Order: sequence, then structure tokens, then C-alpha cells
Amino acid sequence: MATEPAISVADLHHAYGTRPVLRGVDLDVAPGTVFALLGPNGAGKTTVVKILSTLVRADAGRLRVAGHDLATEPDAVRAAIGVTGQFSAVDGLLTGTENLQLMADLHHLPRARGRARTRELLEQFDLADAAGRPAGSYSGGMRRRLDLAMTLVGTPELIFLDEPTTGLDPRSRRDLWTTVRALVQTGVTVFLTTQYLEEADQLADDVGVLDGGRLVARGSPAHLKTLVPGGHVRARFAGHDDLAAAAGAVPAGVPDPDALTLQVPATGVPDLRALLDRLDAAGAAPDELTVHTPDLDDVFLALTGHATSTETTREVPAP
Amino acid sequence: MTAPTLAARPVTHPVADSLTMVRRRLVHMRRYPSLTIMLIGQPIVFLLLFAFVFGATMGAGLAGPGGGRTDYLVFITPTILLMTVASVALATALAVATDMTEGIVARFRTMAIARVSVLTGHVVGAVIQTAIALAVVLAVALLLGFRTGAGPLAWLGVVGVLALATVALTWFTVALGLAAGSVETASNTPMFLLLLPFLGSGFVTTDSMPAGLRWFAEHQPFTPIIDTLRGLLTGAPDLAAPAAAAVAWCVVITAASYLWAKRLYARRTDS
Ligand SMILES: Nc1ncnc2c1ncn2[C@@H]1O[C@H](COP(=O)(O)OP(=O)(O)O)[C@@H](O)[C@H]1O
Ligand SMILES: [Mg+2]
Repeated sequence: MATEPAISVADLHHAYGTRPVLRGVDLDVAPGTVFALLGPNGAGKTTVVKILSTLVRADAGRLRVAGHDLATEPDAVRAAIGVTGQFSAVDGLLTGTENLQLMADLHHLPRARGRARTRELLEQFDLADAAGRPAGSYSGGMRRRLDLAMTLVGTPELIFLDEPTTGLDPRSRRDLWTTVRALVQTGVTVFLTTQYLEEADQLADDVGVLDGGRLVARGSPAHLKTLVPGGHVRARFAGHDDLAAAAGAVPAGVPDPDALTLQVPATGVPDLRALLDRLDAAGAAPDELTVHTPDLDDVFLALTGHATSTETTREVPAP
Repeated sequence: MTAPTLAARPVTHPVADSLTMVRRRLVHMRRYPSLTIMLIGQPIVFLLLFAFVFGATMGAGLAGPGGGRTDYLVFITPTILLMTVASVALATALAVATDMTEGIVARFRTMAIARVSVLTGHVVGAVIQTAIALAVVLAVALLLGFRTGAGPLAWLGVVGVLALATVALTWFTVALGLAAGSVETASNTPMFLLLLPFLGSGFVTTDSMPAGLRWFAEHQPFTPIIDTLRGLLTGAPDLAAPAAAAVAWCVVITAASYLWAKRLYARRTDS
């Protein structure tokens, strides 16, 4: 069992009615690692999570989760996993404490241990102050935290997080990342979905990009980013003379005379430092520097040749 | 292929899980006592209305010139008790429909818990809620002057019939709650339950009705249930026929609704 993947998916197909959503997905997740399924809205991420967490029966595919066959042993799978869905799954009429206690009861924890676990999780997720209030009155971030805490009551060996940080403010997002990292330290396997390359970058050992019902790319975040040409620095200059001088010193740069900017491919601090050194030497100090890191749109464009469905205004890509 | 999977199947705890779900439903009730109060208030309003507005006239009509409000109170108290059962059942349909729209039920389904415990939690919780409501309504009837010469055995019968009716109507409304596409529908479809006592022996004797209505009144489930309760409370001599019909109706409704609810639940939760 130690060498068996925590999740193994082969040739997974699923359609809603006649519309295919998943058209042959293959993936493996090693125990104790974080896998991120990256894809835009509507790609089928939630469908994958629902199938792997026994909520939806797949049309076809050989699927094993936590060492059990999904089709024949769904209860054994359920006993091993914890799921935090895309939409809140807390009981709004119960308080934070009661929600966690409910989970403890359903996991048949002995009374004292259930209480202790509840207190511990309230503390860990910074919910102790709100513990006595109905969850219906919680803010979005608090509700997310309670949701995740409920998932952890039974100390699952594998957890699913469906877009855990969508709609959260940057601070809550960072807090959640810290929590996920701490979980992984304890040996838990995490399968998460996200629309943000940065999130996959921060958390995942391995990323799969879902498009058109298939995984169009697999690999470490670093590997994925090498596929993306989107990382660049844009320097803006005071006048045309400076821009011309800078363009002469940095042949890789693409000047834009109207905006008085020079766009230079760069992916890290060394690139940036080298660029500044060259501009200095040419006597063309930029007025302003903006760093553009590749995002999901860039990954998509690079991998699929088309933009994500959530269309954003894009800069002209470097030729 | 089946043998090893059966061996690997973890044990589920249907009784413990159902009790947990009952506790959940009771906490819901406690958190919003106004709903329970409204459910109990509804039959009490009917009781007051019929006893005071129509009581004197109807009592004279039933028991002859000597009859009055108290006679009619004795006549309608069994009806009001059954309406109390129906009133709580209405709320059950609503509670089930609301639950199905909440993410928490999806969470339950990803956990290794007995599938049916969510529904049994609703049913047992509703039975407890009904028992409380019945006690309050009966107390109000007694305050208004309802008296009965029923002995312990007859009371046992009353409790038994009400329990059977409660289980039947509760499973029925659980199924209606699951069948409803929305919370809105769930609050409307079971409304006819409150009408049935009027189209039966609830407030007048069926022999005063026109032929068509009378046929319906004599063949719908509420009539034998009310007749049995009334007979037990007033010491009527021969109850075998209505009692048998009442029990048969309750058993059939319970069985059919249970199967329907189970199927709907499986379908609703297996998209
Ligand atoms: N229950 C459903 N019935 C019909 N279509 C659905 C259902 N759930 C999702 N879809 C469709 O399937 C596609 C994939 O959905 P989903 O898995 O939720 O994507 P994601 O989570 O990546 O945003 C979407 O086009 C969505 O509209
Ligand atoms: Mg989704």
C-alpha cells in the first residue's frame, strides 16, 4: 500500500447528458504529495473532485482512491478521505463548535476525544472567538476555515480541496496556504483544484492542466513555467532618446514608442539585475519598472493556443 | 470480485449516525423556537375558532337541542390532534427540502456514514416535535373544557393511533420534500393535508354531505383515523372497522412513502 498511488485515474470519461466534460483523463498522485488540478471556470475540475470523492459516478474509467476501487468500495474510500467542496458545506444553523462536534460524532470519536479535537481545530483555524455563533453568520473566510476544519476532524489521509481560495482576500489566501503546508508536513495527501498558477506554484509538487476534457500538461510548477513565455519586465522611459538607448543596449527587448516602454523577457531576480546593469551602463535609467509574472492565462495560451474562457485584456505577446 | 470487497467494507453505524442526525434536527428546532411555536399555534387557532365561533351552533346540531359548545369541543378535539400531526409534517417537508439545497448533505455523502441516517434523523426529530406539539394542543383543549371518560387502555389506543399517523405523515412529507424541486414547492404541495379533515369526518358527520363528497370523505385516510380517535375518547362501543382501516392506511402510507423517499434520496444525491 505504501507504494500504491494515493489516487490513480486511468481513462476517465464523464458527460452531463450528451455534453462530454471529461474525455480521457489519466493521472496519478503519490502519497504525501500535493497535486494541483489547474484549469479555468468550466474546465471540469469540480466534476473530477466529485467523482473521486464518490459524489458522482463516472461514466467510464479505472479509478482507485486511497487504495480502494471507487466503483466497488465507495465506503472504504469515504472512510479515508476528507472533502472541502467548492461551495460551503457547513450547517448554517449550528454554531462552529456544533458543526465540528457533529463531524466528531459522525466519525464515532469517543466523547472526550471529540471535544478535544473540536477545541484544537477551533484554535488552529482561529475560530475560537466565533465558536458559539451560528455558522450562518460567519464571513466568507471564516466559513471556509470552518469548512476545512470540519474536513479534518476525522484526520483523513487524503483531502480534496476544490478551489479552496477562490473569493478569499489575499491574507486569508496566504493563511490557507500555510495551513495546507502544515497538513502536508503530517503526511496527508492533498488534491486541490485552482484557477491560479501562483497557488499551484506555492503548494503543489505536481500540476495537471485540464483543458477540453483532457490533461494537456503534467509536471512540476517549475517545469510548467518553462513552457510559458509570459514572464517579462516592462521599463518605461522619460523620452524617446532614453528608449532608443535602452533598446540598443538590450537587443532582446521589444520597444513600444507610443508608450515609451521596453518589454524584456525576464523570469527572476538575476535577469532583473542584469537588465538594470545594462540600462545603467547605457545611461538610460527607467522611470518605472513593472514585473509581469506568468499567470494561468499565459499557461493556457502557451499550452493550448487559445485563451482561457474568462477573457482578460492581454498584452501583445513577445514575438 | 465481490468477496474481498465485502471484507474490506468498513462497518457503518446506522443507529449511532441516525441519533446524531436527530440531535442535529433538535438543535435546529431549539435554535428557531418561533417555527415550533407557529406549528403548534396553527391547530390551536383552529381549535379556538371552531370551539368559540361555530361551537354552540354545531354542538346543538350534533347532540340535539341540549347540545352546546362542549359537545362540539369533544367532537373536534381528535380532529385538531390529527391536524397538529399534519401541521408538523408540513414543516418536515420544508426542512427536508431546505436540507437538500445545503452543501452539508453533500458533505455527509462523502463520509462513511449510513446513507439513510439523514432521513431517519428528520423522521425521528419530527416525531419528537409532534409529541411536544400534541401535548401542548391537548392541554389547551383541556383548558377549554374538553373532558373524556377514556380509561388508560383507550388512551394507549389514542397514543398508538397518533403515533402511527405521525410516522405515516412524516415519511410522506419527507418524500414530498425530496420530490420538490425547490423550497418554495415544498412549502406548498403538502398544504392539502390541512384540507383533508374538512373533506372528511373532521368537523361534521359525513352523512350530512352531498353524495360525491360523502363518498370521498368515507374513503380517504383521515376519516377512519379521526373516527377511531373519537371513538376511543368517547367510549364508542364498536371500533373494529374504523380502527382496522386506520391502521391499514397508516401502514400502507408509511411503507409506500418510505420506499419513495429512499428512491428519491438516492436519485437526488447521485447526479
Ligand atoms: N450537474 C450538472 N449538470 C449539467 N452540466 C454540468 C453539471 N455540473 C457541471 N456541469 C457543466 O460541466 C462543465 C464542467 O463543470 P465543473 O466541473 O463544475 O467545472 P469547474 O469546476 O472546472 O469550473 C461546465 O460546463 C458545467 O456547466
Ligand atoms: Mg468548480
